[in-house]
Order: sequence, then structure tokens, then C-alpha cells
Amino acid sequence: MSVDAQAQEAHAGAGAGHHEEIPWLRRYVFSSDHKVIGIQFLFMSLFFLVVGGLLAMAMRWQIAWPSSQEMPLPGGGMLPDVMVTDGIMLPEFYNALVTMHGTIMVFFAIMPLLVAVWANYLIPLQIGAEDMAFPRLNMASFWLAAPAGILMLASFWVVGGAANAGWTAYAPLSVSEVYSGVKLGQQLWCLSLIILGFSSLMGAVNYITTVINMRAPGLTWFRLPLSVWGLTVTSVLVLLAVPVLAGGLIMMFFDITIGTSFFQPEGGGQPLLWQHLFWFFGHPEVYILILPAMGFVSDVIANGARKPVFGYHAMVWAIVAIGFIGWVVWGHHMFMSGMTPVLGGFFMVSTLIIAVPSAIKTFNWLGTLWGGNIRFHTPMLWALGFVSLFVIGGLSGIFLAAAPVDIPLHDTYFVVAHIHYVLVGGSLFGIFSAITFWFPKMFGRMMNEGLGKLHFALTFIFFNATFFPMHMLGSGGMMRRLYDPTQYPHLQPQQDTNVFITVCALLLFASQLILVVNFFWSLFRGKRAPENPWQANSLEWSAPSPPPHGNWGGRLPAVHRGPYEYSHPERESDYWLQTDPTGAAPAPAPTTSGG
Amino acid sequence: MAEFWQLSPNASTYGADIDRMFYAIVILTGVVFVVVEVLLLWFLIRYRGREGRRAVHTHGNMRMEILWTAATAIIVVVIGVGSRGLWLEIKSPDRFPEPGISLDVTAKQFEWNVTYPGADGVLGSPDDFTARNRFNVPVGTPVHVTLRAEDVIHSFFLPELRFKQDVVPGMEIPAWFEVTTAGEYVVGCAELCGLGHYRMMGTMTALDAADWEAWYTAESVAAAQAAGTLNVASVDNEGSVR
Amino acid sequence: MLNLTRNTRTLAVLFTCTALAACGGGDEAADAGADDTGADAQPQVVADAGSITGSIDFTGTPPTPEPIDMSAEPDCAAKHDGTPTQRAVVVNNGKLANVFVRISQGVQGGGGAPSGSAAVDQDGCVYDPHVVGVQTGQEVEFQNSDGLLHNIKASPANNRPFNISQPTTMTSRQTFNSPEVMIPVVCDVHGWMNMYIGVVDHPYFDTSGQDGSFTIANVAPGTYTVETWHEVYGVQSQQVTVEPNGTAELTFAYDAGMAATAVVPLGDPIDPHGVHASPGAGVSHPAAHATAAGSR
Repeated sequence: MSVDAQAQEAHAGAGAGHHEEIPWLRRYVFSSDHKVIGIQFLFMSLFFLVVGGLLAMAMRWQIAWPSSQEMPLPGGGMLPDVMVTDGIMLPEFYNALVTMHGTIMVFFAIMPLLVAVWANYLIPLQIGAEDMAFPRLNMASFWLAAPAGILMLASFWVVGGAANAGWTAYAPLSVSEVYSGVKLGQQLWCLSLIILGFSSLMGAVNYITTVINMRAPGLTWFRLPLSVWGLTVTSVLVLLAVPVLAGGLIMMFFDITIGTSFFQPEGGGQPLLWQHLFWFFGHPEVYILILPAMGFVSDVIANGARKPVFGYHAMVWAIVAIGFIGWVVWGHHMFMSGMTPVLGGFFMVSTLIIAVPSAIKTFNWLGTLWGGNIRFHTPMLWALGFVSLFVIGGLSGIFLAAAPVDIPLHDTYFVVAHIHYVLVGGSLFGIFSAITFWFPKMFGRMMNEGLGKLHFALTFIFFNATFFPMHMLGSGGMMRRLYDPTQYPHLQPQQDTNVFITVCALLLFASQLILVVNFFWSLFRGKRAPENPWQANSLEWSAPSPPPHGNWGGRLPAVHRGPYEYSHPERESDYWLQTDPTGAAPAPAPTTSGG
Repeated sequence: MAEFWQLSPNASTYGADIDRMFYAIVILTGVVFVVVEVLLLWFLIRYRGREGRRAVHTHGNMRMEILWTAATAIIVVVIGVGSRGLWLEIKSPDRFPEPGISLDVTAKQFEWNVTYPGADGVLGSPDDFTARNRFNVPVGTPVHVTLRAEDVIHSFFLPELRFKQDVVPGMEIPAWFEVTTAGEYVVGCAELCGLGHYRMMGTMTALDAADWEAWYTAESVAAAQAAGTLNVASVDNEGSVR
Repeated sequence: MLNLTRNTRTLAVLFTCTALAACGGGDEAADAGADDTGADAQPQVVADAGSITGSIDFTGTPPTPEPIDMSAEPDCAAKHDGTPTQRAVVVNNGKLANVFVRISQGVQGGGGAPSGSAAVDQDGCVYDPHVVGVQTGQEVEFQNSDGLLHNIKASPANNRPFNISQPTTMTSRQTFNSPEVMIPVVCDVHGWMNMYIGVVDHPYFDTSGQDGSFTIANVAPGTYTVETWHEVYGVQSQQVTVEPNGTAELTFAYDAGMAATAVVPLGDPIDPHGVHASPGAGVSHPAAHATAAGSR
């Protein structure tokens, strides 16, 4: 392994011992250090999280006070006439908001926040490597993602405005300027996502290679933290799913640009083909967006409960099972699409089956808490919030998976509630758990616990107040993507609920200010963080906070046991670092030897 | 706020089955939800950290894990098997009941056009007539619809009938429903179809047998006159479709 | 170097798993350069200017106006006395209304700048006026007096198409930069709503009124070709000479039989609904607009 280490150093272009000599630009901007790239992704995706949130606020404002002169959109006067005319938001702009909120949140906020940030930052640290297998590819991955994001934002200002056919971009609406009024915006949407796809692929290749080849001595597959497992399986899904989306996007781009007819019936194309391609990517994408969060939450819950993860092997196999079954469930998005009902029956069964591994994970988290000695630090609160909300998101999924019940619920606010319980209550809570947990390691300073807990409490309350009533709107028949629900007689009685939701959504958004303040205040003024503030076990907590370039000062750590040996009966202290050579290691028998 | 987590009153035959299934899942998931959240809260209180206490060191319990895996699997299989029959009964064309009347529904940005077969009872003949956004159907008779779209994907959504089907350009999608109660029902579009999506709405009026007979015969005669195919015999024999 | 080779090998394997097509970047749709036609030039004062007046005669039996079924839009239906009808053919006392009349040949120079804007109102879910002329660069104000969603979809061939929406009572402004006779305009929310806009690069045009008359004023003395356009009965043209300070009289004669053979120039068939029924299929008979109107 020391040979490996030298090779790594040579490859990274600069040795770990003399990182002072790296010029500023190469150190902080065009850096190939996995930690810097992870932090770059963190700032980029937090920026997009705010942008996506702002778009959602504009949407909610319109839904609560549709086309109202008395309650005009704040700041609407600053927008051009093609978006807001005489204080009235235009429906085509509303549709663009819907589209861009979904696109930005899924592709530029949650996905990088989960995968790019933490796979980059955590994988080498948690497996005891000095950097990624391909540091320059890693740098290219970020420097493709950033312009992709700029391209996506720029599309708001081109002729015709941003893409407005929904984040799912169903053809033929998306490919026809005549029907949508958008051409350039949709082309930019395609290009931006194609570029981002390349970025994701470069990342995925890197993460998988790194985990396979660069684990520290003694770090067998079943001694890996669940975060690494989640990120690795996710990377495999990215590697296999993103090319499908890229293929579909290129076809869509050709349909718009050079008049092919992949998705347009007039030329012999088939609109459902786009849906199949999109969801063949899109459903694994849903698991891409939750598996890493499941991993972080498992790590944090074990740490907070001071207990080993309950059923570690079952947890690993559940992640792997989700990674497999996730490929054969995409059709449940298309129950109402006109696809043959027999196929619908198949997808219904496969979708229900995927509930099993999800349930295993939930019960195992409960099992981890059972008999613990629970510390309620901020990351733990987020992780517990994740468990309680993911349960709701998972259970509401059963309604949608049962095809007959999906008939009244499909494309209603029930689906909006479901996806937000999974992607906000699930993924985003997991992300916040990870940020608050690893912030001391990243920046060498502690975050403020009081502000952190306040942020959690407000977010938890307003999140539920915003999204839980959407279940009722949906079962009451309120369709998605409605610019003005009051037009429908059966939705007028629900308008009060819509106003309530909007007020809560605004408060939810405002509550995030606490995180921004806490983040930046702690960055510069926070208490200095020790090496292992949470008394955790995994490898990153053996490195300095923040770790130097090369992470380990030239000596790779040796691993003696699994990452969850908390409260071991033979030890005085209730944690046991993986690198700690003392004491006999009653670790689970390794099944695979790697590294 | 509207009633807690409730579907609007049902007005179709299979809607009752869907609702039964919906409420069964509400109860099932409700129980799981309560059990999980109560356990979670209980553990959090019972095992909150205290000085001098030590967590139980355990890596799991195979029997428990097998138990809850099996229990979950059985529940989802029951839901799956229970749903599949109803699903095929609603959506699979070879299981549709005999039609009382067949209609064409053509969607375009941003209107629903419903074409009736007219006096001869055959769609695609000159005496067909079409209604835009407001249309009538008979109560107590299976209504077959063939869904077409002229431009983009729409979704024909009748919330009170528990009916929803995407309408895809280039495809002809068969579907059916049977209304149980006379009255006016909302027609909506459930798939984003452009700037007028939020207003692509209509009203379906379900008429009981006598009203339907009167309305349909009158319209058929008018349409036949306009098409120049009026023939007294055909009105008498076939104009009354039921 | 051992590890490097191993990593590269893994990379190769992973990439083979992932066949990814290269993508070609196409040219973005070039924004058709909107050449400004000097909208802020001062109106030309023509010495000895004359004018052209006349009327559009109609013989034969005009078709019965097609009724519009507005039952789904009760607010609009309430604005009409009785059943609203299509305005494609409006004949009063043998005079044909809604004919666009313009000088097609003989105008020297730009012929003066637009004054004010042309107004189109959407009131009772119909366009008023049904046919309107504007000068290049002149503003068209679309007003929504109904307070419910209309969209204004213009499908020109030489100008930039637009599709703007008006969710409530409001006014939107558009300009056309290239001459084009005629541009069809429809509302997708109300399939029966349609109108035509004629864009001319000089101020010498008019639309025949309810009495079939038209006036083109302030015309410099000279010989001109005057062309008329009607959406059902097609195009006619006549030569006319305007004396200094004189008034030239013109009469165009349309008859019911012309509908069968009329050639009605329009913009390219941009509206895809045209395939099925609606307007704009190149050379078309827009009388067939009523996809589904009426019948009930």
C-alpha cells in the first residue's frame, strides 16, 4: 500500500508534505484535492438550493393569490413583461417556474448535495485514501457542473423564456415551440443536463474506482461505513442511468433542433418513448437521491445512539437490493400514460416489492435506537427527522404504487406531497444531518448547536405544515402544475388550505436563513473543532480537522474493526476508532478481502 | 381546511372499489405509521442519554429481522394481488363491459371535444355531433370513450368518477366508466399541456334515463338534419341508443 | 504506479459498461434580427394629397353565420344578445365588411410613420375588430376585457410568431417588423376565436366597415394598385389614379360563388391544428374554423 500511496502522491501532482507550495488558484479554484472539490460542490449546490427555493416561493405566491392585483408577487415588478405583466404572473412563466424548480432542485441541488459533495469529501476519508483515484477527472467533473448550472439559469433570459414543459419534459409539449412557446430555453435545458450528465459520470467512475481499489489496509467491504455503501451503490446507479437520460436528451435536442421525430407522432415518433427513457433514468434517480442519505443517517444514528448499527449486513443488502429492484419499477410513473395495463400490473408488483428493503432499513434504525444511550446533537435530530418523515414518504408511496388507487391520485398534489416527503423530509434532512455532522471535519470549526437545533425545529414544523396538507389537496382532486386552482369549482373550497400552505412555505424558506447565518458565522467564528468531536469511530475522525492535502500526512491508516463498535462491553470508553490498534477486535468476520 | 384526507364523493361503479382499497391502505399505512412513530418516540424518551448509562452492545437480531422482513413482504404481496384484479378490470380493454354508448373524446390545447355517434349509432359517420367542454352522458350505462389528442399529451380526469387516463397524440386509448348518480361532474386536465393547462376544464352532466333519452334524441335529429341524413325510420329504431 | 494501472483498468471496464453517444451541438435558433423600420420618423406631410374611398359590394346569398357554442364560458355568453356567431362573412345591405384594403404597389418611400397603436379587444370571447391593419413597427394593443384566460397566438410567416397569455383583465403589446398580409391570430382556450392582422410598411390601408366602405387618406398624387383581402372570398386588385387634392372612387365586387375558388393568401401553415380543421393551412377557407362549435 505504501507503493500505492506514493503513486497517488505523484499522480496528484504535489506531495502531501509540501502542500504549502500549491499556488492559490490551483489550491482553491482549479484544485484536484477531493476535499476542495467537495466543498466547491457544497457551495454550488447550496446556492442552487436557495435559487430553487425562491422559484418555489414565487409559485406558491401565485397559487395562494392567483393573478391578484391586491397581492402582487413581491419583486414581480423587476421582472420583464414576458414573465410578469402589470403585476400579473403569466401562466407560461408559472410553468417555467414549475419546470425550473424541479430541474434545479433535483439536478443542481439535491443530487450534487448528496452525491458530488459527500462522495468527494467522504469516500477518501472514510476508506483511508489520500485522494480520489482520478483527481483531475474529479476536477473536470466540477468544472463541467458549474457551467451547466449557469447555462440552466441563463435560459430564463433567452427569447421565449426557460423550459416550461415540466421537469419531466414530456414530449411533444417540450419539443414543439408551437405548443409551448419555448425553443431556445428547452435546447439549453437539454444541453445543460447533458453536460451535467458527463460531470456525474466522471464523478461516478471515480467514486467506484476509488472504493474498489483504494481502501486502507484491513478495511474490508463489510467494515465500510454505510455512507460509503450508499454512495457506492448510488454511483453504480448513476453510471448506468445517466447515459440513458443523456441519450434521451440528445434525441430531444435533435427533435427540437434539426427536426427529427423521435417523440413526435407526426413524423412517426412516439411520445411514450421519451417517458420510458426518462423514467428508466428517473426511477433509479429517485434512489440516487435517497440511498446516500440513508447511509449518512445510519452513521449518525449509530453515533447518536452510541450503538452499533442494528443488522449491518441487512442494511448493506437492503441498499444493494434497492439498487437492483430500482431498475424494474420505472413504469409506475406511467400507470396513466396509456401503456398497456398488463405492464402496469407488473410494475405495480415490482414497486410494492421495493417497499421491503425500505422497511428493513426503517426497522433497523429503530433497532439501533433501542437500548441506546441517545445523544441529541443537531445531526442526530436531523437523522431522527429523516426517519420519521421518510416513513410518511414511504407509506404515501404505497397509495401511488397500488395502481387502482393511483387513478384518482396520479398527477395530483398527493404526488407533490409524496415526492417532497421523500426528497425534502428524506434527502434534504439527510443532507442537513451530514452537513452538521461533518462540518467540523470540513472546516475545523464547530457549528452553533443552539442555532442548529432552532433551525431543525422550525424546519421540521414548517415542513410538515407545508407538505402534509398537500395529501388532502391531492385526494380532493387538485391537479399538479395548476397556475390558478380557483378556476375549478371543486377546488375553490380548498383555497384556504392553499393559502395556509403558502404561508408555511414562506416560513419554511425564511427558517433556512438560520442555517445560512449559522453556516457562515461558524465558518469564521465557530469554536475550534477537535479531531473527533462526536466521538465517532470511522476513519475520517482519525485525521486532523480539517485534514491536510493528502489527508494522512503520508501514513495511511490501518483498520482493525468495523465502524460501529460503540459501547463495546470490553472497553471503558463508549467508542472505538477503526484505527485504534489496542484490544482484541471482535469484529464481524470479513467475507471479502479487499484493499 | 377540507375534510381530513378524504376523496371527493364517488359517482362511478368501480369508484366504490377504488375507494374501498384507498381506505384499506389508509388504515394499513395508518397503523404502520402510528406504530413506527410511537416506537421512535418511545425509544427516544426511554433511551435518552444519561450520565453513567451504557448502550446495549448488539449487532442485530436475525429472528427479528426475518420477522419484519417477512411481515412487510406479506403485506405488500396482499396489496399487490388485491390491486391487480381491480386494475385490469378498470383498464384492460378485453375486460370492459358491453358499451351502452361509445364516445370519441378528442383533446387539443385547451379544450375537450366529445363526439357522439348520432342517430345511426356509429362514430365516424356524417350525423355525428360534437360538444365542446360541456357534455352529457347517461347514468347507469357503461360509457366507452376513445381518447385522442391533436397536439400534446393531456389527461382526461374526472375526480368524482375516479377516472383518469392520459391522452397521447398518435395513440387511440380506450377507456370506460359508468356513472351511478345523476349530476354535474368536473372534467379536468391532469397533465401539463401548456399555458392554458390550468383552465382546460369542462363539465360532464350525467342524465338519468328519461332526460338522456330526450336530450340525445333531440340532438341526434338536429345533427342528422344538419348532415342531411335525416331518415324517420332510423331515428325510431336506432336514435334511442339505449 | 501499480495502483494507477489498476485504476485505469477499472476505468476502462466502467466506460465499456457505459456506452455513451457523443453529442453534436447544433446551431441555436438564430434570433431573426428585428430590423427597425424607423418607427420614430415624423409623419410625412404630403402636398396636394388626395384620397381613395370606396366600398365592397357583395352579391348573392351570404352563408348563414355559424353559431358559436359558448355554454362552457357563461360569462362570455352573457355579453351577447342571443347566440353569438362567427364573423367570417358579415354582409349588410349588399356590402361586405371586414375586408382589408391596402395600396399594394406605387407607394414611394416609407410613407410616414405609424401614429398611435392599433387596438384589439377581447370582449365576450370574440375579437373586436375581427380584421385589423397595422404598420410595421406600430404597436398592437391586445386588451382582455373578459377577465378570464385568453391566449393570443399569432402564426406569421415573415414575423416572429408569438403566443402570449392574458390570465385576467390586462393589456399586452406586440409589434410586427415585416410587412405581411395576413397574419392569423387564434385563441387556443376558445377555439372559435380568430382574427387577422395585416402588416403593411406604409400607412395606406383600411378595413371595410359594417357598411362596406373604406377610406385611405393623405395619398400623394399618382397611380397605385389597390388590393383587397377577405378571409373567405379572397383577393382582388384594381388600378387607381389619385389627382392632386382629389378623391378617387373604387368599388370592389365580391359574390357568394367566389368562396369555392378563392385563393386566400396567408402565412405559412404554422398552426398544427390546421391539419384537422382550424385556420392557417396555407391556402385555406377559414370558414371551416368551427372545429366543434355549435351542433348542440
